Amino acid sequence: MSFLSNVISGISLGSIYAIIALGYTMVYGIAKMLNFAHGDVIMVGAYVCFFAVSAYNLPPVIGVLLAVALCTALGMLIERMAYKPLRQAPSLAVLITAIGVSYFLQNAALLWWGSDPKKFPAFIVVGEQNGVSLFGGQLRITYVAIVTVVACVAIMAGLIAFTGKTKMGKAMRACSEDKGAAQLMGINVNATISMTFAIGSALAAIAGVLMCSAYDTLLPTTGSMPGIKAFTAAVFGGIGSIPGAFLGGLLLGVIQIFTQAYLSQELADAIVFAVLIVVLLVKPTGLLGKQIQEKV
Amino acid sequence: MKTEKKRRLRRNTRRSLINYAIVIAAYAIVQALNAGGNIKSSLQGQLVPICAYIVMAVSLNLVVGVSGELSLGHAGFMSIGAFTGIVAATALQAAIPAGWVRLMLAMVAGALFAGLFGLLVGVPVLRLRGDYLAIVTLAFGEIVKNIMNILYVGIDEKGVHIAALEGSRLVLSEGGVPIIKGPMGAVGIAKLSTFTAGFLLVLVTLFVVQNLVDSRAGRAILALRDNRIAAESVGLSVTKYKLMAFVTSAALAGAAGVLYGLNYTGLAAKKFDFNTSILVLVFVVLGGMGNIRGSIIAAALLTILPEALREFADFRMLAYAIVLIIVMLATNNPTMQQFFAAVMEKVRGTFRELFQKSGETVKGGGDHE
Repeated sequence: MSFLSNVISGISLGSIYAIIALGYTMVYGIAKMLNFAHGDVIMVGAYVCFFAVSAYNLPPVIGVLLAVALCTALGMLIERMAYKPLRQAPSLAVLITAIGVSYFLQNAALLWWGSDPKKFPAFIVVGEQNGVSLFGGQLRITYVAIVTVVACVAIMAGLIAFTGKTKMGKAMRACSEDKGAAQLMGINVNATISMTFAIGSALAAIAGVLMCSAYDTLLPTTGSMPGIKAFTAAVFGGIGSIPGAFLGGLLLGVIQIFTQAYLSQELADAIVFAVLIVVLLVKPTGLLGKQIQEKV
Repeated sequence: MKTEKKRRLRRNTRRSLINYAIVIAAYAIVQALNAGGNIKSSLQGQLVPICAYIVMAVSLNLVVGVSGELSLGHAGFMSIGAFTGIVAATALQAAIPAGWVRLMLAMVAGALFAGLFGLLVGVPVLRLRGDYLAIVTLAFGEIVKNIMNILYVGIDEKGVHIAALEGSRLVLSEGGVPIIKGPMGAVGIAKLSTFTAGFLLVLVTLFVVQNLVDSRAGRAILALRDNRIAAESVGLSVTKYKLMAFVTSAALAGAAGVLYGLNYTGLAAKKFDFNTSILVLVFVVLGGMGNIRGSIIAAALLTILPEALREFADFRMLAYAIVLIIVMLATNNPTMQQFFAAVMEKVRGTFRELFQKSGETVKGGGDHE
């Protein structure tokens, strides 16, 4: 039974990684940049929701919506202020700027909200229970886990439909293939990129709230490690690919929980990263990545 | 043609010599100020780390700037070097009493070990390109941090003992000394690093890197960066030259790690995390990719900057982040670049006018028009 419960917590953690990785992969696919500030947007989202619920006593749903709205605005603002002026610059310059933004968000959060860990309230409850017990209490599934997995699948399906069917989604795909050509076809490239950041940041906010509901401590540095993990998940699945990010996230979460349970608590991260290296060596573009032919 | 080539050569040599001169001058100035007691103790504590970070930045520049591969795990090599160096220095304590000899041997050991890991990682990994290489080096750095975190090393009269995961497995005889204690890191290290040792390591690094870049191999590395396919088609081996840059860089990072590690009495593996790798990358990018002098200056200034921003107290790191963003925007945005170029042109124009006026009085104008 502990095996089943590990599978469930692995999938639930993996779903959180997958939601973050979806945002990462969208932004990478279009802006071709590693947005290191993504992890810190997660943290901001979690703090906003925390204060909305615990300090202002707003209902949790409003708290989540507020977090999503503020993070969307924050993502667009970051893009406008820090990344847009560097559209023509070498990619490493943008990378360093993203790191600067990441430091900025972390330290602003540290000053504003303090360094003491916040205890995130468990607000996904039905009655007094935060989960259901099955098989006479041997297996316990928290509601957070259920909500996380459902949200993750819904988001992935939504994103696939969005990029495949809507006009904006098609514009995004066009931009990710060739910005110059997209512009010539009358696509507003700047608006498209801005929209991508908005979607990515909204996803980050949702991930932040779900993550902090599952693992209840909240710190200004909470977002950075899941950010890195989710990025590896995106690469794992093949960066730029939406189903790839989903698959990569799930696998990463399951591998992490299983190594923690059966091999070693301390070595879990090392094993996760070792698996990543092996996968990339065997399949250098990730699990579902496309092979791009190099031209002379 | 011939004179052109000659001048070209001389320019490279001159550039290298200026770099040596800058480092030597900086060392002399700091020593002179130090003798006069003009350096605050907070800055004095920063001198060895500054040297270590300069070596880190210059060596990373060899990979990122010269070889054109993004590496996000440079701190991993520093970590391997540091802990190897600490073990070597402690193990040799009885055999070699002279501190500087032990420091040197520790640096050699650290560099060799880090270089070996560079080779092990580099052979498979350099097949990957771009961001995939970046993510694998990131993963490597995290793996090193994790493994160092569970490593227990001790020494007794029978030799060095190594155990993983639990300290209890480390069986030492009476009089044995534990050197590395897992998550607590290395404790009770004899402080061997001095500013002079750091300065010498910087010189050695400059010598190695600049001579490599100016050699035939260096030109091959540059050619592979600029156009991989063209360089391959004239018969340059990608793996060989990329690996050469990668391993050299790893070995130098290992030596820097030894310098850094032996500067403190205690050191935890946590110190060499992803943020440290990023910090060094920031030095390289801010200093200019492929520009050795830029790396030196950026590493020195940015290590001092948080100290200099101390008056902002709590806002220190926030100010650091803002400075970083503004500098990146100012140096990379076309509008800003034009603005700065215009300002510089104006300043230069004023100087030229002044110079011409004074020149006219002396020689009646020396220009050819």
